[in-house]
Amino acid sequence: MAMIEAKGLTKLFGQDAKRGMPLLKQGWTKEKLLAEAKLTIGVNQADFTIEEGQIFVIMGLSGSGKSTLVRLLNRLIEPTGGTLLFQGQDVTKMSPEKLRQFRRKNIGMVFQKFALFPHRTVIQNVEYGLEVQGIAKKERREMAMRSLELVGLKGWENSYPDQLSGGMQQRVGLARGLASDPDILLMDEAFSALDPLIRKDMQDELLELQSKMKKTIVFITHDLDEALRIGDVIALMKDGSIVQIGTPEDILMQPANRYVERFVEDVDLSKVLTASHAMDKAETVTTDRGPRVALQFMRDRGVSSLYVVDKSMHLLGLVSAEDASRAVKENLKLVDVLQTDIPTTHPDTLLNELFELMGNSRLPVAVIGDNRRLKGVVIKGAVLAALAGGSNGDNGDNSPQNGGAAHGTA
Amino acid sequence: MGLPKLPLADWVEWLQDWMGDNLWPLFSFISFVIGGIVKGLNNALIWLPPIAVIILFTAIAWYIGKWRMGVFTIVGLLLIDNLGLWNQTMQTLALVLTAAFISILIGIPLGILCARSGKLQKIVTPVLDFMQTMPAFVYLLPAITFFNLGVVPGVISSIIFAIPPTIRLTNLGIRQVPAELVEAADAFGSTPGQKLVKLQLPIALPTIMAGVNQTIMLSLSMVVIASMVGAQGVGATVYRAVTQVKTGVGFEAGIAIVILAIILDRLTQQVIKKSKSHG
Repeated sequence: MAMIEAKGLTKLFGQDAKRGMPLLKQGWTKEKLLAEAKLTIGVNQADFTIEEGQIFVIMGLSGSGKSTLVRLLNRLIEPTGGTLLFQGQDVTKMSPEKLRQFRRKNIGMVFQKFALFPHRTVIQNVEYGLEVQGIAKKERREMAMRSLELVGLKGWENSYPDQLSGGMQQRVGLARGLASDPDILLMDEAFSALDPLIRKDMQDELLELQSKMKKTIVFITHDLDEALRIGDVIALMKDGSIVQIGTPEDILMQPANRYVERFVEDVDLSKVLTASHAMDKAETVTTDRGPRVALQFMRDRGVSSLYVVDKSMHLLGLVSAEDASRAVKENLKLVDVLQTDIPTTHPDTLLNELFELMGNSRLPVAVIGDNRRLKGVVIKGAVLAALAGGSNGDNGDNSPQNGGAAHGTA
Repeated sequence: MGLPKLPLADWVEWLQDWMGDNLWPLFSFISFVIGGIVKGLNNALIWLPPIAVIILFTAIAWYIGKWRMGVFTIVGLLLIDNLGLWNQTMQTLALVLTAAFISILIGIPLGILCARSGKLQKIVTPVLDFMQTMPAFVYLLPAITFFNLGVVPGVISSIIFAIPPTIRLTNLGIRQVPAELVEAADAFGSTPGQKLVKLQLPIALPTIMAGVNQTIMLSLSMVVIASMVGAQGVGATVYRAVTQVKTGVGFEAGIAIVILAIILDRLTQQVIKKSKSHG
């Protein structure tokens, strides 16, 4: 079941806002609604589904309604219309007591300006949500300590927030949001107030935490790079409406309209695309073949080297044409002439992290998945093509930059 | 302008008579409670030998403030005793503390309610303006009618004059709690009561204490006026000295009030300072 399912979720600001719902459904524009009905659109009929364990990023410029939308999810702002299901229950219909329980147990929140309580110590901040639930002091301390350890702030529990740096304060905010082990964590521009370097550290840490905890995270940001870095799914907002929902790749490669296109045109693709996007099929030979066969393969495929793999595609090394012919002359086996010191990388490595590796080596970079299984190869030409917005190399042999010419660089 | 004069004075007198006739059980109850508190406090302060009270106050001042505060307290109170104004000063202290205590007891909850309801704030604000600007002598008269001569109408008029800062600053302090903190408290599922006790009151405490400080100072400033309706104390000494044109006696009694004011002011200031730093 989806964790969160919103249908036509709407917020209108103004007197007696409900009267605006039928007008919106008739397709009144923002301008018309403001001029003729004196209503301001906060969020306009948002439809989306958030699956369990996803990082769902809501992105938009200031005033696009993203902060309003995230507050509709825990009803810090009352929705004007539409439905919002949390694991099948309608959040919009919860009684005040039910809503409090929902906020206490199911949904945590991290704020842009941290919103730590200045009169409470770090640990008292972290345990706030547990305290209002009425959990006994000893137990909630333990839970809060665990949460604090998770964000790497053990030893700071008795400090006050104003004694901490911005990055540390937001870790406290994160620990507070996670303390009651909620199903969903809302993060409202959680890293926007931090310095760029610290921000990147926090993003990395969030991703690492996420790989352990598998929370459902709703992350608000105005920063496209941040959205692309951490989002599994991105919803792009403009004027209160969701313009496009998709994976980071969808948004970049198939912008739904001119607005999204303009939004993403300045993106540094090398920070978004990974080795797997620029990867070509690797030319391989298995170890049980002799050097003569290898030479024949090279001739047939028009390449000057081959990756040597075992039967399960585990990478063993690289053999060049010269080495292969030396092996033929000296009657050696392929494994005897193997070059094992070859550049390799993981499929999820960002292209901009590959530049240095590629600059330092004449050889192409082998892409290796888990268990050292050879997935493909990245060559310089394919990287440039990917950055230019071309298709990735997955379509194999038909691709012009693939094959012979490529491997010829080795 | 051919309009006849509004019979406002008649209306007010009618209202006063009506209240006197119909609300006297309430007034005598209030009179009983306030009179009891003042008398109890006064008896306790006078029953103890002056030196014990002086040591007690000096210890409190030293503990809350710094050593200088302690020195000022001991010297000041010894001077009052030396001038022979001890009993009167303790009577005044009992009156002021009672007025301040009741003001806080009523003012803080009322301030909290005002902070929660914009409507109530709109009603209360002009009433507070009225209470602070209407000359005290004007409401002294009905106070005598309802509560007879003595210390009770003095306390009542002190409360009327001194309660507004506590209400205003409690309201302000709570409204000034940053919205994002209130939002955070809401987001973690606080009940309104939890939000008040765990967040709003602690954050607003320095502001509320500033209001309490003002309330104490204002009720001290009422002691001479209160003495006109029969409240005993150092205020009465001042009043007598003025009517008999005894400048020296008046000055001595005035000094006693000033010393009392400085001690009470510095003590509450220290509490504000402490509440501003953590916890």
